[in-house]
Amino acid sequence: MGDAPALVRALGAARAAAPDSLRVEIAGTLDIGPSWLLRGLVTHLRGAGRQVELVGRVPEHLRFLDEIAARDVGMLPGPEQFTLADRFVAFGGALRQRVASWYEALVFGGRLLESAGTAWRSLKRLRVPSVVRHMHETGVQAIPVVAVIALLISVISAYIGAQQLRPFGAEIYTVDLVTIGVLRELGVLLTAIMVAGRTGSAFAAELGVMKLNDEVDALEAMGMNPYEVLVLPRVVALVLVMPLLTVVADFMGLAGGALLTNYLLDLPWSQFVMRLDSSIGDTTFWAGLVKAPVFGLLIALTGTLRGLQVRESSRELGRLTTVAVVQSIFLVIFADALFAIYFLEIDF
Amino acid sequence: MAATPPLIVVRDVVNRFGTQVVHDGVGFEVMPGEIFGIVGGSGSGKSVLLRTLLGLRHPDAGSVVIEGREVTAMDDRELREVKRRYGVTFQHGALFTSLTVAENITLPVAEALDLDEASLAQLVELRLRMVGLPLEAAAKHPAQLSGGMVKRVALARALALDPTILFLDEPTAGLDPIAASAFDELVLYLRDTLHLTIVMVTHDLDTLARTCDRVAVLVDRKVIVDTLEGIVANEHPWIRHYFHGGRGRALRALPENGRGA
Repeated sequence: MGDAPALVRALGAARAAAPDSLRVEIAGTLDIGPSWLLRGLVTHLRGAGRQVELVGRVPEHLRFLDEIAARDVGMLPGPEQFTLADRFVAFGGALRQRVASWYEALVFGGRLLESAGTAWRSLKRLRVPSVVRHMHETGVQAIPVVAVIALLISVISAYIGAQQLRPFGAEIYTVDLVTIGVLRELGVLLTAIMVAGRTGSAFAAELGVMKLNDEVDALEAMGMNPYEVLVLPRVVALVLVMPLLTVVADFMGLAGGALLTNYLLDLPWSQFVMRLDSSIGDTTFWAGLVKAPVFGLLIALTGTLRGLQVRESSRELGRLTTVAVVQSIFLVIFADALFAIYFLEIDF
Repeated sequence: MAATPPLIVVRDVVNRFGTQVVHDGVGFEVMPGEIFGIVGGSGSGKSVLLRTLLGLRHPDAGSVVIEGREVTAMDDRELREVKRRYGVTFQHGALFTSLTVAENITLPVAEALDLDEASLAQLVELRLRMVGLPLEAAAKHPAQLSGGMVKRVALARALALDPTILFLDEPTAGLDPIAASAFDELVLYLRDTLHLTIVMVTHDLDTLARTCDRVAVLVDRKVIVDTLEGIVANEHPWIRHYFHGGRGRALRALPENGRGA
């Protein structure tokens, strides 16, 4: 088979020269593959009325090749050609898929609500051990990374804030900037983005692999509700864990702010705390925290929905995992914008 | 046949996992043009043996010599070179799910050789014809194929580089009797026309009876090699149970069965 490329080149030259008669001398042994390629050219030339003669060590499996070539097994599908009509068909197909995806999301929401309803009535249906396990995996294990990110971002924003405010002699407002920024927006938003990348993808991948292995079908066949067993515990766990992670992020963010103002502005700790106390209102902390469960819900729903939509191939798994992360981050930021407008209107 | 040297020589292979000994001095020879069956109970180390033959696992002792070259003593580069001479199919097909059938078949060829698109397409046609698949299957993805077709595509991919030896792991597992017997015929046909040497791990007694010239049975960490008649007549209790148990019925009519070649 290793001689195939050389053979193809020689055959190409022979075909281009298009001689009236061709004499092919075979010196070595030819494998099946190269013999087939040779046979292809010979039949092509003979079909065009040329003389072709094979001499030397003519492979005996040519007869086998003639035999399988004679079988009627249809045509090799050619490369796809796109006409205008095909484009319309493709557009329609994409549209239909989009609609189907919305419909699936609707079914997903309905079945999840249904199992949430049953869980509400009997705690056993909630599968507390499973919820706790997911809280551990998505919450406790995420604390280090969330803490470090929150600390770094608040240090960065405090540093930039201090630099901008110094020419006005208003460095002290750096504290306001950091505390309000972290408590209202940065803490919860960063936590949500980290969790979307970490947990949203994990949910989609876990459920996707289970789907590919027919594990979801197996659950259903055993009379268990996959929404109750797989989806609800994840959603509940993330809704519970997000506020807790946000508190961690808030605390680390404030610590970062205090650290930087202390180092850069020589602001004593006590004064930082006093300034912090006067800068934030009664609701600043809650305005951030109240968004956390909503973000958690959005991330968990997107991840589990996309995971359950996986079918057929491993490529689909990769695609939907990516979709889960991108969409959950998008939804989180979109929801954050809605919250901002709403809080402005109600003066929260 | 006595004059030709054996194609595969396995000598005193020992495989251990921790303290558990799977093979304790396994040895046999496979002749060119032979269909060689490997059977054994679950956990008797059939797959481990196959992996050892393929050079995917290094045995704890002993050697495997294929075509006069010692697989067990090669460096990685040499091994990769030699592996192109074998075709392998896996139990569940192991087709790449994100590639079409045509891409699955051309993958090893395009990797090994510098060929143009037209030649690759011709080779896809050849392989599909060889395994008796309709050519329209080329554009399909593995998820769209039936179990029997998956096995055939896996065989087509294994044949892609014109191997001299084929290793088949449970080629007929999970197929209905019609598809399984069609697969048996295909294996025999390819052996007879291409003079391939075929080593297969199988549990399918019908396949054993229909295709295999000789059979290796893995029992008690050793191997017993004989023709099927010899194995069936063997007095070892496990072998008796295996071939004469409830499912061995098909073999009782063995002498009348045509056994190919």
